Amino acid sequence: MKNVFQFLLLGFLFTRVASAADLNIEITQGIDNPIPIAIVPFTWEGANALGEDVAAVVSADLQQVGEFRALGRANMLSMPDEAAEVYFRDWRILAQDYLLIGKINHSPGSQLVQVQYEFFDVTREQKLIGEVLTGSVEQLRDIAHEISNVVYEQVTGNRGAFSTEILYVSAEFVSQDLTYYRIEKADYDGHRSQVLVESQEPLMSPAWSPDGRQIAYLSFETDLPRIYIQEIGTGERRQITNFPGINSSPVWSPDGTKLAMVLSKDGSPDIYVMDLMSNQLTRLTDHPRVDTEPSWTADSRSVVFTSDRTGQPQIYMVPVAGGPGGFAERLTFDCFYCAKGRFLPDGKNLVHVRRETREDNSYGIAVFNMDSQRVITLTDTSLDESPSVAPNGSMIMFATKVNGRGILDAVSIDGRVKFRLPSAQGDVREPSWSPFLN
Amino acid sequence: MGTHSMKVFKSMILALSILGLAACSSTGDEEAAAQTADTSGIDATTAAAQRAEAERLAREREAQQRIEQAALNTKVFYFDFDVSEFMASDRDVLAIHGRNLAANSGTRVRLEGHADERGTREYNLALGERRANSIRDYLVVNGASLSQIETVSYGEERPADQGQTEAAYRLNRRVEIK
Repeated sequence: MKNVFQFLLLGFLFTRVASAADLNIEITQGIDNPIPIAIVPFTWEGANALGEDVAAVVSADLQQVGEFRALGRANMLSMPDEAAEVYFRDWRILAQDYLLIGKINHSPGSQLVQVQYEFFDVTREQKLIGEVLTGSVEQLRDIAHEISNVVYEQVTGNRGAFSTEILYVSAEFVSQDLTYYRIEKADYDGHRSQVLVESQEPLMSPAWSPDGRQIAYLSFETDLPRIYIQEIGTGERRQITNFPGINSSPVWSPDGTKLAMVLSKDGSPDIYVMDLMSNQLTRLTDHPRVDTEPSWTADSRSVVFTSDRTGQPQIYMVPVAGGPGGFAERLTFDCFYCAKGRFLPDGKNLVHVRRETREDNSYGIAVFNMDSQRVITLTDTSLDESPSVAPNGSMIMFATKVNGRGILDAVSIDGRVKFRLPSAQGDVREPSWSPFLN
Repeated sequence: MGTHSMKVFKSMILALSILGLAACSSTGDEEAAAQTADTSGIDATTAAAQRAEAERLAREREAQQRIEQAALNTKVFYFDFDVSEFMASDRDVLAIHGRNLAANSGTRVRLEGHADERGTREYNLALGERRANSIRDYLVVNGASLSQIETVSYGEERPADQGQTEAAYRLNRRVEIK
C-alpha cells in the first residue's frame, strides 16, 4: 500500500513540475537613497532569441534587496557590451555609481553558451571584476544570479544570497472535502517552482538539510502527523517517526548530524533530538505544558523553542548536552505572545512572531537584540508567521494573509526594504530559505 | 477500570429495572382489564392510575432516549480563544458520549482537534491536541476506555470556515468526534 502511494507521489512529482505556478516579485517598500547602478542589456550573437534576459534578472535581484536602483534602459546614452566601448562620461552624466555590461556567445564546438560580464566603478573609472561563465541555455538564470552575487559582494562586502532557493507549502482549496497540499521548491525569487510532494492531507514544516540535498517535513498522509525525510534529487522518501501523538517541527542541526523535533508521546509536546546516525532520541524538555517550534543556534549546541509553561507562549533556550531537566533559559518577557524564535547568523538577534498585548490582536515579525534588549517590529500586516532568514542574514521571508489569501513577504532585517511574492493561485505559507547552495 | 465497570453495571441494573417495571405494569393492565367486568370501581380507578403511570414512564423513557440520541448526534464541540478546556455547557452531552462508549466496548472514536489561524502553526498544532485531550479525558471519566479513543490534532490546517472573521474563527476552534 505504502509503495503504491510513493509511486503515485512520484508520478505527481513529474507530471506537475511543469504546471507549478511561478511566483512573481513585487517590491512594496524600498530605501530612500539606493545605490544607482546601470545594467546594460547583454548582447547575444546567436540566431534564436534566448529564453532569459540576463541583465533583467540581475536588475530584479539587486532591486529586490533594496540597496540598489537600476537605471531604466530607455535612459541609457550608449549600450556597450565590452570594456573598449565604455565611456565613463556617459554614465557620470546619468549619476550612476556602477556599471555592469556583458555579452553572450555560443561556446565554440558545443551547445553551451558563454556569458562574459564586466563590472565597473563609474566614479573611479575602474573595472572592478570581469569573468566568463559557461552553461546551458537552461542555466542562464543561474548564471544571472551568480553575477548578482558578485556585484552585491563587490559593492556591499557581504555575500549575496541570489543563488538560494526556498521551500514553501501551498494549499489549493477545491471544496470543504478536498484540498491539495503541496511542498514546492523555487528560486529565492519564486521563479522555477516545482512540486516536491503532493497530498490531499495536510503537509507542514518543510525544512532544508544543511547541504541542501534533503528536506524534512510533516505529512498527515497516514491520518496522523508524522515526520518524513526526502531526497530532493531522486524524490526518494522515508518516514522517520511513528510515535503516538504529535510528531512535528523537524529541524536539522547546522552540523547536519541531528534532527530536532516535537513529540507528544509522553503526554504533552516536548522537544527531542534524534541522532541521524544512530536514530537515538534524546529528550531536551520535560514539561506538562506545550514545548514546540525548535530551532538551532549556529554552533548546534543549543535549541531555541516556544513554551506556554507560564500561561502564554514565550521563547526559551536549552543546551542540547543538558538532557531533560537541563536549565531552559527564558529569552522573551515583555510580550503577550512571542513564538517561533530563531537567531540571525550573528547569534545576537532573535527573529520571532510577536503579539504585543492581548488587546492588539495582531501578529507581526520582530527582531529582539539580546545585547541591547531592544525590539524592532518589522512588519505591519496582522497575521504574520513562519519567519525564515536568508543564509547571509540580510532578509527574512515570512507568511502572511492579504485579502484572505496566504502570501509570502520578505523584509530586510532593518525593516527598510520589503518585497512580496504573490502566488498565482491558492494559499502559500511556511517559507523556508535554503542554506547557501553554491 | 474497576470503578468504570461498576458504573456500567449499575446503569445496566437501572435499565433492567425500568424494563421490568414496564413489563409488570403491562401484565397488571391485562389483569385489571379481565377483572373490570365484575369488580368494584375502586379497582377500576387503580387500574387507570396504573395505566397512567405506565404511560408516564414510557414517555419519560422516550424523552430520555431522544436526549441521548441528540447528544450522540452532537459531534462538534467549540472552544474559546486560546482555551483548551471544553465549554461547561457541553459537559452533559459529553458525559452521554462517554457512557455510550462504556456501554459499547467495541465502538472506537477519533477525536480531531483544531485551532483558528491566529498565532503560529506549530503552536496551534499543540493547542488542537490539548483540546482533543481535554475531551478524551472527560470521556474516560465517564466510563470510556482509553483504548477506544484515538486523538489527532490538525492545528489550523483544516478550517471549517475559510474566513478571517471572529465568527469563522469561532467555528474553527473545535474538536470533532468521528
